[in-house]
Amino acid sequence: MKGRWSTAAWVGLVALLLFTPITGLVLAGYSVELHGQRPLWLACMAVLGYGLFSLPWKRWLSELQRSTRSEEVDAPPRVAGSRRYGIALAVLVALALPFLLGKYGISIATLALIYILLALGLNIVVGLAGLLDLGFVAFYAVGAYGYALGQHYFHLSFWLALPLAALLAACFGMLLGFPVLRLHGDYLAIVTLGFGEIIRLILNNWVSVTGGPNGLSAPFPTFLGLEFNRRAKQGGVPLHEFLGIDYASEHRAIFLYLLLLLVVLAMVYVVVRLKRMPIGRTWEALRENEIACRSLGINHVTVKLSAFALGAMVGGLGGVFFAASQGFVNPTSFTFFESAHILAIVVLGGMGSTTGVVVAALLLTVLPELLRDFADYRVLLVGIAMVWMMILRPRGLRQRRRPLFSLPLPKGEGP
Amino acid sequence: MNLPKPLPVAETPLLALSGVDAGYGAVQALHGVSLTVQSGEIVALIGANGAGKSTLLMTLCGNPPPWRGEIRFAGQNMTALPTHQIARLGVAHVPEGRRVFAQMTVEENLAMGRMAAPQEGRGRGDEAMRVALERVFSLFPRLRERCRQRAGTLSGGEQQMLAIGRALMAQPRLLLLDEPSLGLAPQMIQRIFATLREIVQEGTTLFLVEQNANQALQLANRAYVLVNGRITLTGGGAELLASPAVRQAYLGGH
Repeated sequence: MKGRWSTAAWVGLVALLLFTPITGLVLAGYSVELHGQRPLWLACMAVLGYGLFSLPWKRWLSELQRSTRSEEVDAPPRVAGSRRYGIALAVLVALALPFLLGKYGISIATLALIYILLALGLNIVVGLAGLLDLGFVAFYAVGAYGYALGQHYFHLSFWLALPLAALLAACFGMLLGFPVLRLHGDYLAIVTLGFGEIIRLILNNWVSVTGGPNGLSAPFPTFLGLEFNRRAKQGGVPLHEFLGIDYASEHRAIFLYLLLLLVVLAMVYVVVRLKRMPIGRTWEALRENEIACRSLGINHVTVKLSAFALGAMVGGLGGVFFAASQGFVNPTSFTFFESAHILAIVVLGGMGSTTGVVVAALLLTVLPELLRDFADYRVLLVGIAMVWMMILRPRGLRQRRRPLFSLPLPKGEGP
Repeated sequence: MNLPKPLPVAETPLLALSGVDAGYGAVQALHGVSLTVQSGEIVALIGANGAGKSTLLMTLCGNPPPWRGEIRFAGQNMTALPTHQIARLGVAHVPEGRRVFAQMTVEENLAMGRMAAPQEGRGRGDEAMRVALERVFSLFPRLRERCRQRAGTLSGGEQQMLAIGRALMAQPRLLLLDEPSLGLAPQMIQRIFATLREIVQEGTTLFLVEQNANQALQLANRAYVLVNGRITLTGGGAELLASPAVRQAYLGGH
C-alpha cells in the first residue's frame, strides 16, 4: 500500500515536470507567462488515472465471474408447469400489446418480431450447426426483394409471396452452402461475409431490374382480399367498410403485427421441435466434431445444406415481413451492419438457445428505441454490453440448456 | 458365449484391399496395399509414425478415396462409395483421438451412433436402441454410470470407451479402430483391449491400427506391418511378436 502511494506521488511529480513546460508556459507577446493551473490539473488526472489502474480489477473481475459462473452448471430441467405458464403469459402479453400501444409502439414491436425471426434463422446456422455466417442479411434481402420483385413483375400477392420468397431464400441458402462445404471457422465467416455483400451490391447495381438505390415498393398485404385503405382500389371493399367499423390507420399495423406474431410463434415451435429431432441433434454433433460425424455415417453435405437452407428460409420470411411493414425496400437496409446486429443477438442470447435469442432480440431492438436520446452512442453501448457479457456470461444471456434427450434406458434405471 | 468358428480360407473375406494406392494431393501415402480381414478375426496393422496407418484407415472410409486398387466389403465393391454410405454397409470407424461430442451427454453420444444403423433396425426405434444400448453398457459398465454426464468431462479412457461404444451402437460387422491406446494409461489400455476381445467374441470383426505394437500383436490373430506406405511383413500376431525384425523395429528389443 505504501509503495502505491509513493508511486502515485512519483507519477504526479513526473506529470508536473512534463506538463509544466508543455502546457504551463504560454507565449504572450514577447514574454512567456506561467499558467500553473493547467499542469496541476493534468498531474491530478495522471495520479487519478494511475489510481484507477492500480485498483484490484483482476480480483474483482474473477470474483464477479465466480458469482455468475455457478449458474452455468447444467441445471436440472425446471418444472415444466411453470415454464408453460411463462410461455402462455408471454404469448398473451404479445397478443394484447398492439391494442395497448400506439402506432409508433406497434411499429417497434413489429421490428422486434422481425428481428426475432431473423435471429431464430441465424441461430439454426450459427448456434446449432456451428457455421459462422456473417452474411445472413443476404437471405433477409432475398426475402424482402423476393416479395417486392414478385409483386412488381408477376403481381404476386403477399400470401403467395410469403411461401415463395421463403423458398427462394432457402434456395439461396443452398447456393451459399455448396461452395462453403469444406470451409470452417474464419474462412467460412469471410466467404459468407462476401456473399452478403454480393447480394447487396447486385441489388444496388442492377438498376434495370431492382430499381437500384431507388428501391421498389412493396404493397401492404390484404386480408381475404379486403384492403386496409380508406378507399379500396378499383371498386373493391375496404376492410373497415366490410366490418362496419370506422376507418383507423392503426388497423393495418395491428393486422401485420398479429400475423407476424403468428409466424414467429410457429417458427419458435418449429425450431424447438427441430432441436429435438434427429436432424437437430445431428446439427449439434456436426458443430462439435465433423470427423466423428462422418465416421458415424452422417452425410455432412445434407446436414450442412439443410442448416443453411432452413436458416435462410426463416430469414427470408423475416425479409418478406420487413418489406410489407415498410412498404418499400432498398439496398441500404441490407448492409453488413444488419448481419452483425443479428449475430450480436444470437451471441447475446446464447448460442443455440431459443428463449435466449428471443429475449436478446427484444432487448437489442427495443432498448435502442427507448434510448433514442443516446442514439449516437448506440453502437458503443452495444459494444460495451457485448464485452461485459463475454466476461460475465460467456455462453450468452441464457446459458443453453440442451433439450434433455434421454435414451430408453434398460429396465431398472429411471423412467 | 458362442465363439465364432475359424472360417475356411476359401470364404470371401469380410474386408479385402487389393493394390490400393492413396494419398493427399500430390503426395502418395499408400503404395499398392493389399490385405484381407476374415470374418471373426482380429487383424492389426502396425507401423511407425507416418507409415500411412491412419491414411489406410481413412481410405477404407472413402476419405480420401483411393487412387487405384479395389476395396471390397463382404464381396461388395465399396471403392467409390462416399464415407456415410460405407458406414451404412456395417463398417464402423473409431477415429483417432476419440473425438467424442464433448458438449453432449454420454447417452446422446451413443444415440448419435445409431445414425448408421441398418434401416430395418432404425424403424423400430426404441426397442432396437435399447438392445444396442444394453450391449454397449454390458461391455462398458462405466458408461452406464456416466450416462447423463457430458462426454467432455470424462477421462481419456472413458472417452475411448465411449468412442468405441458409439461405433458399436450401429451394430457393425466390422469395427475399425485407429490407435485405441493413444494417450491412455497402461492399465486402461489393458482394460480396453480386454473389452475388444469380448467384442470379437460377440461376433464383430476387428481391424485395428496401432503404434503400440506389443499390445496390438498380443491381441491380434494376424497382423500386417506397414513401412512407408507398403506392407512389408505379415503373419500371426504371436509370430510377429517373436520375429526379430519386428522386435528390432517396434518393440525396442534386440
